[in-house]
Amino acid sequence: GQNKVFRQLVGVVGLEIHAQINSSTKLFSGAPVRFSAPPNSLVSFFDASLPGTLPVLNKRCVEAAVMTGLALNCAINRKSLFDRKHYFYADLPAGYQITQQRLPIAVDGVLTYSLLGGKKRNQVMRKNVTIKQIQLEQDSGKSLHDDVRSQTLIDLNRAGVGLMELVMEPDMSCGEEAAAAVRELQLILQALGTCQGNMSEGQLRVDANVSVHRPGEPLGVRTEVKNINSIRYLARAIDYEIQRQIDVLQRGGTVQNETRAYDSKSGETLPMRDKEGLQDYRFMPEPNLPPLILYEDNASLPTGIDACQVVVVQKIKEGLPELPSVKRDRLVQTYGILPEHSFTLVNEDGLVDYFEAVLKTTKKEPRKVIGWVTNELLGHLKQEDMSVCQSPISPSALAELLELQETGHISSSVAKQVFQKMWRSPGKTALQITQEQDLGLVSDTAQLHSICQKVVDSHPDEVHAIRSGNKKVLNKLMGLVQKETKGRADPVLVRAILQKKTS
Amino acid sequence: LTGRNLWQMHLLRPGRISPTELCRKCLNRIRKTQHLNAYITVTEERALEQAQQAERRLQRGVPKGPLDGIPFAVKDNFCTENIRTTCASRMLKDYTPPYNATVVQKLLDQGAVLMGKTNMDEFAMGAGSTDGAFGAVKNPWGYAAPYGERTRADPDSDWVVTGGSSGGSAAAVASLTSYLALGSDTGGSTRNPGSLCGVVALKPTYGLLSRHGLIPLVNSMDVPGIMTRSVNDAAIVLGILQGLDVRDSTTVPAPSSLTELPEDFDVKNICVGIPKEYHAPGLSEETLAQWSRVADLFEEAGARVEQVSLPHTQYSIVCYHVLCHAEVASNMARFDGLEYGHRSQMDSSTEVMYASTRHEGFNDVVRGRILSGNYFLLKRNYQHYFVKAQKVRRLITNDFQHVFSSGVDVLLTPTTLTDAARYRDFTQEDNRTRSAQEDVFTQPANMAGLPAVSVPTALSRRGLPIGLQLIAPALQDQTLLSVAQWIEQRVGFPSIVSTQMLSSLDLLQSLSEGFHIISI
Repeated sequence: GQNKVFRQLVGVVGLEIHAQINSSTKLFSGAPVRFSAPPNSLVSFFDASLPGTLPVLNKRCVEAAVMTGLALNCAINRKSLFDRKHYFYADLPAGYQITQQRLPIAVDGVLTYSLLGGKKRNQVMRKNVTIKQIQLEQDSGKSLHDDVRSQTLIDLNRAGVGLMELVMEPDMSCGEEAAAAVRELQLILQALGTCQGNMSEGQLRVDANVSVHRPGEPLGVRTEVKNINSIRYLARAIDYEIQRQIDVLQRGGTVQNETRAYDSKSGETLPMRDKEGLQDYRFMPEPNLPPLILYEDNASLPTGIDACQVVVVQKIKEGLPELPSVKRDRLVQTYGILPEHSFTLVNEDGLVDYFEAVLKTTKKEPRKVIGWVTNELLGHLKQEDMSVCQSPISPSALAELLELQETGHISSSVAKQVFQKMWRSPGKTALQITQEQDLGLVSDTAQLHSICQKVVDSHPDEVHAIRSGNKKVLNKLMGLVQKETKGRADPVLVRAILQKKTS
Repeated sequence: LTGRNLWQMHLLRPGRISPTELCRKCLNRIRKTQHLNAYITVTEERALEQAQQAERRLQRGVPKGPLDGIPFAVKDNFCTENIRTTCASRMLKDYTPPYNATVVQKLLDQGAVLMGKTNMDEFAMGAGSTDGAFGAVKNPWGYAAPYGERTRADPDSDWVVTGGSSGGSAAAVASLTSYLALGSDTGGSTRNPGSLCGVVALKPTYGLLSRHGLIPLVNSMDVPGIMTRSVNDAAIVLGILQGLDVRDSTTVPAPSSLTELPEDFDVKNICVGIPKEYHAPGLSEETLAQWSRVADLFEEAGARVEQVSLPHTQYSIVCYHVLCHAEVASNMARFDGLEYGHRSQMDSSTEVMYASTRHEGFNDVVRGRILSGNYFLLKRNYQHYFVKAQKVRRLITNDFQHVFSSGVDVLLTPTTLTDAARYRDFTQEDNRTRSAQEDVFTQPANMAGLPAVSVPTALSRRGLPIGLQLIAPALQDQTLLSVAQWIEQRVGFPSIVSTQMLSSLDLLQSLSEGFHIISI
């Protein structure tokens, strides 16, 4: 009847993120941490699980976890514990992973992220996602399957590298939100220096937990989606999975609780070979590591304790660098730019520095510079899949171009043309291009007068229309003048002259 | 004087015997006592090199310390760099570690001479040293005069066990092929064979000695154990081995750098506790008699001797088994044939390779404990077994704390139920049963992390050693050894002397100084 409100199935998304800690050595051993080294060249006796070796906790990894926890507004547990999680796999030499299952180092945080929404995608919408916990744990090695020779090759370089596992509660509803949340996390981790956050290098690994339901009803069965190597794929994988589950339910089927892998080529999620079945990890406390105790401040340190042997939360709090959200607000305050501009600036590696470098060498107002940076520059970079540091136009070169426009040497539309020419001929300055191609604004009043007179004389109907009150027609005449001058006429002057001549 | 050990007599007097000569004598002795099967690996060449180096230092008058040039043996579950370390298991039968255990390194740094790696129960699981891949260890006392005379036994068919799991180390010290030996102690594995082989066997406080390089059985209970011929020797070795090790996060700083034990410890100031629950079923009347005898000695000397209660003792062995098996299941997970050790030829898949490697490499004692340990750790069982056992462990620890904080300084108990059993009697019961029976007096100290020492007190009717145990509060190892030495000085346990080792002059000297000569 009338009371039945048809409600849409909506997505519910949680994330399980593994962030590789940016430290020089591993979590429990002194073997170095490096990307892309010869196989099995960064393996200590402990990492290889040689019998009789014991774990020794890396202080830097603890500090990284505390910094990350504080930046995400978590409660830092003054006492946390280590556990063994058992399963057999060739890339796990000890047959167990050391992790923090019972009592992790940080809990109950919040990540605030922003989306650009609205019709013009220029409204900054703030959202929150709850961080359930952050735990320290070991990374596993890598296995490569050689089907030709029926063998598996094991590289233990990564075995034992420190990870922070972050669990984000299912507060998100679609791929875009998840992508934005992960992007913000990436920026935070990079600002802290606790993780380099490169997804393609495996420094940041994201698994998505996806289910669908009707709002108000209990959560649906969830699937875990793995094998996502970029933020873009994350959004696509989640959106695909949400739609797949909706389709299943609408066909009258049921969603299986399973693990699925994202296939970037097809854009689909596919069921993974169920290699483990129902896993019982037989968690057990790690007997070789006493509880990890953190101290609030120097005053609460027990007497006689060596300062280099402890981690003091207050000290870490004081040493936190400027976080992205603070940075965005600061940019808005300092430069008077819009929040969405600030968002774009901070979102792109190196763009803030670029922007500020331009401002140093130009008298132009920040609000007038920002568009060039977020539209022209960023647009070109994106088109050619380049990063800011690869830009063929340096900040000072752009500043020079803006000066030319500001001082009236070139018009706005010419400026844009010059920009493109500078892009294609790196090394050539704006001035050089302007002179070479004779793009300078024509401000010679006598010349302009004669051109305008020519146009006026050859378009009596339009002049008559203007005189009769239709002022808009003036633009047509202006366009004709610009055509004559190949766009180099000073528009302000031309308008003034034409108005006089048609009044 | 009876407390002095032989090496002090030899080396303190110049020209007595040189390190190389001593080393050769010990190596010769090892050959002569091969039937005991005390050693898995004898490091003959290396030992002679080390002895030569020691000799040069002594000649130049710059010895590294009291252990320079002294032969020692190490249980085969301690990693020794470039020397095969097997844990008496097929799994590691050809395994050569690339590093030394911390306690081994410390002894080598003192100039001690490594004779070899001693035999044991596989992966330290057992109380007889009968269940290793290289065969059982035989108790040297089974070949000595008293046993033969008093029991009319045939040493070859009626040989007796050493106890375990550090039986090889105990036999090495008892048969005079080493002056000290390292064992490991998880539930009594150093004290048990120490008692049955008539040597001093110390289990230090948990955390006092580094476990780095000790292939673990139960990480939360394992300690390196020290076996010597006298209490004073044990004190010297403890002083060298104790201390914080950054490679082992469970170590604690030593309470003090151990100084020499007092020559005349005054027992008038101490209170000796006799736990009533330690009157266990199966306790032999002879051991009971020794227990009373020593308790009386204390009382007669003016010490307070009181009966005390450790009410949760009866639950200790069961909890020990649960926790032990759980940790074993975890610790053995790394033996998969991939990185080191035995690897099965059956390799059609990784799973098949793992399963057959582990089946081939482990004996059924090890496999049994892994299976039950995994059972206890299953999510549905974890609370009922593991957590419950840990809670009871806390109660057992509290029992000791309560007794020690109410004025008791040390506890006096038996070490083992009886003297050493004949192999053919011992093997009537399976490993698990034997372990449960034999560990009764020793494993509570491991549960609570307390220091304990076994001191030989007398020979039984069968001519085999009987030992008694002292237990002290945590980090009171020095007090423990002081009291132990007091007992040692008064019980007159016969010192083992090898007629082969001494010249006739020394022999006469020893007799005149009151040594009982037992020739082995």
